[in-house]
Amino acid sequence: MSAVFQGVAVAMALLLLPPLYRIVKGPTVYDRLIGGAMMGTLTSVLLLVMGYAADRADMYVDLSLGYGLALLIGSLATTKYLETRAAPEAGEAE
Amino acid sequence: MSEIGLQGGVAAALMIAGLFFFAVGTLGILRFPDPFTRLHPAGKADTLGASLIILGLIVFEGPSLLSLKLLLVEAFILLSNPTATHALGRAALREGLRPWTQGPPSDPEAPA
Repeated sequence: MSAVFQGVAVAMALLLLPPLYRIVKGPTVYDRLIGGAMMGTLTSVLLLVMGYAADRADMYVDLSLGYGLALLIGSLATTKYLETRAAPEAGEAE
Repeated sequence: MSEIGLQGGVAAALMIAGLFFFAVGTLGILRFPDPFTRLHPAGKADTLGASLIILGLIVFEGPSLLSLKLLLVEAFILLSNPTATHALGRAALREGLRPWTQGPPSDPEAPA
């Protein structure tokens, strides 16, 4: 069963590359943020699978939860910043 | 398969299904034409892939405190991924990006 976890972990690590391409090449900042969000979700789950591959799942679960929290807060803060930069009085601008 | 058993087999099948959805999502992020269409694979295929892989891990783990924590991670992903997707789409729309259409819009009453 450990071989299954290792195979899934390697496949997920390879799947991190296409979003990275989108982050490097993305024409707009939103493309880069989407690629970053996707890499974040992949990493969060990859940590869990790595924990099972290394037989240390009890530790890696906490790491994954913390990583997911940081990801959500970072993503929301960045989009909020971009929104206020685009339209400083977004409330009345409609 | 004989040494893995039924529980491990179901867990491996769920994880491979999750890998398939992750692969489709990354393909969509590469191939779709604009940020709004790219939100679609990033928001949905990603969430489903993560859910399936975590479900596979829960099946492998069996009932324990650890599987409760895994369920917590899954609930958090189910909560946070759509939130981030919505925030990204709204910010892109507010900045003035227009969704991609194939050729000129045929409907004359379509919003400019």
